[in-house]
Amino acid sequence: MDQVINEGPRFRAMSGGQVTVPIVLKAGYGFTAGWAGQHTGTIGALFMGVPGLKVVVPSTAADAKGLMATAIRDDNPVVYMHHYLLTLEHGEVPDGEHLVPFGEAAIRREGGDVTIVATGWTVDRALGAAEQLASEGVEAEVIDPRTLNPLDTKTIFESVEKTGRLVLVDQATRHASASTVIAGEVAEHAFSALKAPIVQVTGLDATIPYSEPLEAYVLPNDEKIVTAVQQVLGSAPVTA
Amino acid sequence: MTLNGEQALGLLATMWRIRLFEERVGQLKRADEVFGLIHLSVGQEGVAAGSAPSCATTTPSTRATARTATPSRRAPRSTGHGRADGQGRRALPGARRSMHLVDVEHGFMGATGVVGGNIPIALGSALAARLAGTDSVAVVFFGDGAVQAGHFNETVNLATLWGLPLIMVCENNGFAEFTPRSAHTNVERVSDVVAPYELERETVDGNDITAVWKTFGKYLKAARKGGGPFLLECLTHRLRGHYEGDPASTARRSPPRTGRRRTRSCASSATA
Repeated sequence: MDQVINEGPRFRAMSGGQVTVPIVLKAGYGFTAGWAGQHTGTIGALFMGVPGLKVVVPSTAADAKGLMATAIRDDNPVVYMHHYLLTLEHGEVPDGEHLVPFGEAAIRREGGDVTIVATGWTVDRALGAAEQLASEGVEAEVIDPRTLNPLDTKTIFESVEKTGRLVLVDQATRHASASTVIAGEVAEHAFSALKAPIVQVTGLDATIPYSEPLEAYVLPNDEKIVTAVQQVLGSAPVTA
Repeated sequence: MTLNGEQALGLLATMWRIRLFEERVGQLKRADEVFGLIHLSVGQEGVAAGSAPSCATTTPSTRATARTATPSRRAPRSTGHGRADGQGRRALPGARRSMHLVDVEHGFMGATGVVGGNIPIALGSALAARLAGTDSVAVVFFGDGAVQAGHFNETVNLATLWGLPLIMVCENNGFAEFTPRSAHTNVERVSDVVAPYELERETVDGNDITAVWKTFGKYLKAARKGGGPFLLECLTHRLRGHYEGDPASTARRSPPRTGRRRTRSCASSATA
């Protein structure tokens, strides 16, 4: 970890630019599906705050290719986190050269009632929740940041200005979560746009259990996201 | 190979240059004119002087304590000086002070503040040289404390597995920061730690500049011809603490209990 956090990302700055460190660190994360405590961690946000490290979290097959291509071309260390379960899924991938720029979020679904920001594997959970909400007449806007660092706060702020309500979803534990970082940024820079407090749906601060129902208890899912949206809309009580 | 008179004088001059530079930095630090952590290697000049000048500027080297490397590699004096106090007469880009000196132009790939953090990086340099098909050799300097770090073992393993042109120079002064070697490992000699990997290695008196120079030169020559890796353990002694102003150096009255007979510093004995 010293090489990843203390050596690789620091030397370009510390050498005054004499040294570049063009490296992509590709790592699987967040397994679920019964792979238990040591395979299911979601630690992308731990790297978010390391100066000199970029962190990308693709959620679609096309972005997996596009973000990797950009990562390779980048002359700096890039942590590329791919969720294990997503590697089992399929999607449309453009042929030929396909680059996804860093620091550009993708709006996966447009809507005017609530903004949901989700990362990695939780993007599909958010889209599932959005479908359910649509049947109740609530239109959710789902944003996928795609890169945690650099983080596209502009797109998030614009959406919050439009909807006034924010739900953040992340598989990581509460206190090492990208959603907490985003919540802080929105609270500081877009507070006046908010009509309700921000609600976060993150993994609980616990080691992921082996048992299937307990695993589900600890992790985000569609239902928890729906409940969170209902909380920010005022149609359900906020849990203590 | 034997040292001729001119070469011997050159090595002596290098040792004195290192000593004078470091003593001066120490003075400035004690007068509070230098900001930040300063780690001196006073008493250990023989190791740097016996090895670094042999390296052409195409030999990438890294070390965990940087200042001796810069004067001994003949990088511009202002490089080391300016960076040591962080102010310098020239504005220096980068967030560098003495822990993080880098001078790629002269082959000095950088110093790290993390004990042994440069060892895997040097492995990378050696691998790059091998992949690029050059006769470049990577040289890495570290203390005996770094040897117990896991990544030292990983580096030696891969270096021996792939036969890479890497020379590991260990300044064994018996201390890892403030911890005597005997308190953190059963293995007294670093060359014994790496024995299972069967790489060519030697333990020399780091204060005997001739011995350091001869063995390092032998390894450098062999590495350029495709040999490697090598480990050169230099037994030496530090005259100051781990960093300037640390509790150990300010409180010390008697020689540390390293179990080693205290010898005159290499610079003094070489002059005699």
